Order: sequence, then C-alpha cells, then structure tokens
Amino acid sequence: MSLLESGDHAMERILRDWKYVFFFVAPALILYSALLLVPIFWSMGYSLFDGFPISGFRFMGFGNYLRAWKDQDFLRSFWFSAKYALVVTPGQIGLGFLLSLLYFLVLKRASRLSVLIRTLVFFPVVLPTVAVAQMFVKLFEITPQYGLVNAILDVLGLDGWIRPFLGRGDTAFWVAASMNIWTAMGFYAVLLYSGLLDIPQELIESARLDGASGWNLVRLIITPLLRPLFITSTIFSLNGTLKVFDQILALTGGGPGKSTTPLTLYMYRTAFHYNQYGYGSTIAVILTIECLLVTGILSFFRQKTE
Amino acid sequence: MRKRLFFTPFIILLVILEAYPLVWLVSSSLKAPYEFTTQPIYAFSEKLWWGNYAKAWTEGKIGVYFRNSVIVTFPSLFLVLFLGTMAAFGIEIMRWKLKNVVLFFFLAGIMIPVQMILLPLFVFYYRTGLLDTRWALFLTYVTYGLPLTVFFMTSYFQALPPEILEASILDGASLIQVFFRVAVPMAANAIFTLAMVQFFFIWNDLIFSLTFVSKTELRTIQTGLLNFVGRFGQIEWGPTFAAISLAVIPTFLLYLFLSRLIMEGLTAGALKG
Repeated sequence: MSLLESGDHAMERILRDWKYVFFFVAPALILYSALLLVPIFWSMGYSLFDGFPISGFRFMGFGNYLRAWKDQDFLRSFWFSAKYALVVTPGQIGLGFLLSLLYFLVLKRASRLSVLIRTLVFFPVVLPTVAVAQMFVKLFEITPQYGLVNAILDVLGLDGWIRPFLGRGDTAFWVAASMNIWTAMGFYAVLLYSGLLDIPQELIESARLDGASGWNLVRLIITPLLRPLFITSTIFSLNGTLKVFDQILALTGGGPGKSTTPLTLYMYRTAFHYNQYGYGSTIAVILTIECLLVTGILSFFRQKTE
Repeated sequence: MRKRLFFTPFIILLVILEAYPLVWLVSSSLKAPYEFTTQPIYAFSEKLWWGNYAKAWTEGKIGVYFRNSVIVTFPSLFLVLFLGTMAAFGIEIMRWKLKNVVLFFFLAGIMIPVQMILLPLFVFYYRTGLLDTRWALFLTYVTYGLPLTVFFMTSYFQALPPEILEASILDGASLIQVFFRVAVPMAANAIFTLAMVQFFFIWNDLIFSLTFVSKTELRTIQTGLLNFVGRFGQIEWGPTFAAISLAVIPTFLLYLFLSRLIMEGLTAGALKG
C-alpha cells in the first residue's frame, strides 16, 4: 500500500517535471508559433495597411475592407468560390453517398470486385492535382487537336456540342466542378461506407423484416443514422472547396479572363503579381473568417444532433 | 441476383469513368508526334513511342523535379512526425497546467487557409535569405503539418491505457527512454498511417513550392509539371502526356501496395479534423 502511494508520488513528480515538458513540447511549439501563429497576426496587421515592403506602408484602418466591398473583382471571386462550393460539396458528398450505398448494399463486402472498385474510385484522391488538372485540360482541349471529349462528340455526330470547354467561363466552371467531384467522390464514399459499416446489423435486418427495402431503408434508417457523419463530411468538404487553389490554377489559371478565379487565387495574384500586401492580406483574412464561420456553424449543428 | 443485374451497367459506367481517362493518358503518352494529327485522339498508337518519356525526363527536366520532391519530402516528413509525436507525448502523457491551451493552439492551425500565412512567410524567408532555397519548403512543410500530427497522436496517446507507460516509468526508465523505447514502438502503426497522409500533403503541395521557389533547378514535381506544360503543353502533346504520366507513376506504385492503409489513413484524418 505504501509502496503504491510512493509510486504514485514519484509518478506525479516525474510527469510534472518542467524540464521534460519543455524538452518534448518546445521544439514543435516554437516552430509552430514562429511560422504559423505569428504569421496569422502579421497578416491581420498587414490588412490594415497599404503598400509593400519596398515602397513602405501607409496605415489604412479598415480601408482595405471597404475597398473589398466595392471591388468588382473581389466580389466576382467571392461569388465564384461560393458557387463552386455550393456545387462541388453536394456533388462530392451526394455521389460519395450513392457510391457508399453501392458498396454497402449491392456489392458483396469482402468480394474482390468490391475491394477493387473502392480502390479504383479512391485513387484520384491521392494523385498530384496538377497532373489531374492537366489531364482534364487535354480531355477538354479543342486546338490544335480535339481532346477526348470533343473527339467523342465528333464521332457520335453531336457536332453542335463541340466547343472550347475551357475557353468559356460557364463551361470552364462545370469542367472545374466535375474534375473536383471526380477526384474527391471516392474519398467521401469510403468515409461514409465506414459509417455504414458501424450501423448495427440487427437494425437493418429488423427493418428489412418489417418490410423496409431499398429506398425506404435508405431514407428511414440509414440517412438519419449517418447525419453526424454527413455534417462532418460537409465541414471537411467545404474547407476544401472554399480553399480550392491548385486545381483551378492548373486547369484554367483563373480564366478565361477572370471568370474562374476563386478567392484564394485572387489573393495570390493581388499579393504576388500586384505587390499589394495590405489588400492581399485583407482578402486572406476575409477567406479565413469565412472558413471559420462555416466550420463553426456546422460544428454547432453537429453537436445538436449528437 | 436481379439486383446485381440491375446495377451492372452502373458499375461498368463507373469503372469506365474512373479508369478510362487514366488509361487514355498513358496510351497517349506512347504516341508518335504525327499520330496526334493523323489519328483521332482516342486511337491507340501502332508502336510504343518511348521517346516522349526521354524528352519529358531530360529536356522537360521532370527528372530534376522528381529529385527535388524526394529531397524535400522525406526529411520534412521525418521531422514533422518526430516533432509532432514528441509534442503529443508531452501534451497528453505529462501533467501540466497549460497543456489544454497549447493543444488548442495546435488544433487551431488545422482550419487556417494557406493564404493567411503566405505573405508573412514570404517576407520572412526573403529577409533571412531562405527564399529560393529548399529550407523554405522544408520549414513550411514541417510547420504546416504539425497541427494534424499533434492532433492525431494526442488522440492515439489518449486511447492508450496509462498503466503501460507508467509501468516502465516505475521500472526506473527516464521519460526520454520511455518515449523512444516504449511509446514510439507502440505507436508505430499509427505513425506509419499518419506518415502516409502527410506524405501526400507534402508531395502534392503546389502553393508553397510555387511561392517560395522560383529557380527551375529547385522546383518540385507539381510546380515543375506546371512549368513544363506552360512551355510544351500546347504544341508537344506526346511529351506532355508523358510528363503527366511520370508525375502519376510514383503515386500509383505507392498506392498499388498500400491502398488499404492509405484509404483508412486519409479518411481517419478527416474524421479527426
């Protein structure tokens, strides 16, 4: 008994030793503070100024934020990002859900076919984004030769559909959106599939005995049970779609014109092409607030459902 | 059985949509230059034209970009896992007042968009002379990877029964010994899963590499490929397809052997994030 107590005592002493806390935590914390936390506040500071290091800075107060409010390019980028997120996130999760149902209800779980399809559909998730985007550029190319899509339209005699898909803002938007959905749906399929596997088998069996099948089973049993996971997926997905950068840069470069420029790319151009550090940081701050708000609101809903 | 039959067309369509673009990509990379103009784009080439790969690798510098990606990815990966696991151990296992505050600080980083730290880092690297060196990428990858690593590993240590580590402390082992000889070996599987996730984040990075490195000889595979298609993409389709295929191949090989682990790891990362 006394041995145990002294053991506990020694344990307390060792686990509270500041030298060791410092040894384990300090390296990561110092690096993290210097290169991530400090820059966040630094950017917030920049957003109150106009100029860049060589020309010097001029204090603006909230002038940059007022400027964003009236800046056509900013507003266009903001709405592009919003529209993109509102199309791509439901697309990713909706198709991901259908795929997860395919894995769960149609294919035999452990069968080789099932594993193969899951693996195949997931693969684009890990591919370098520039490679995927460049492949899509070639898929939808029109000059100097037809890309695959236009060539197939040509063969099918659908000449009226042949067009420079990436040369027009509206079609470029849809190519960008479908590329992202094509890339990411396998991810959400596996995520939701793992949620489906966690549903107690008896629950589904008894629902089936009660006569629920197919559509009703999905609607009445599966969807409500998966609600927390749907919200988690939505948070994760929106954090990707609102921050989309690589894919768009490599697919359209924001064009034609500025028609497919998301907020992230507009910030990048403002900061690094036009050297407007203050205004660039303002856009970054607005983007950050947007992401935090969306995440915060959805997390609140998730807590309520749990 | 009828159910299977009903869904078969959908499954076939799905497989075509996923696999055919990739097959088309590789088959196009083996076409001779004249075949692009004389035949439709979906036709397979008559002979395998490996010259495209040679051109992409040497003239297009894809080989150089590969080397750069490898040089910067693996040390960053090692350090982010090492520092992150140490910090998680210090936060979760040890007992001190501010540990929850520190953990919260680390987690807050998960949601911050890259754009929020890009300009200050650019200025910082410029002033310290690290701009246009591999150090800028290395430091950034380690830092930006820390939140997820710390989060992932603290939840691992949290799930661990405390008796295991405490037993070896009572045996007289120092905390450093406990960390290296007990905690890390025990967490090996979790660390490996996390390594897969972080590998793809670092290997597939575009924005940091684009911002901090502008010398061709330092470019990584993503920025290199972007640069390549900027120069060759419109005219030289064969080498372009070859370059894209080359960028895909290492990922494909890794995926071939570790797909199950990669799928589990990446989705676990989302659930925690």
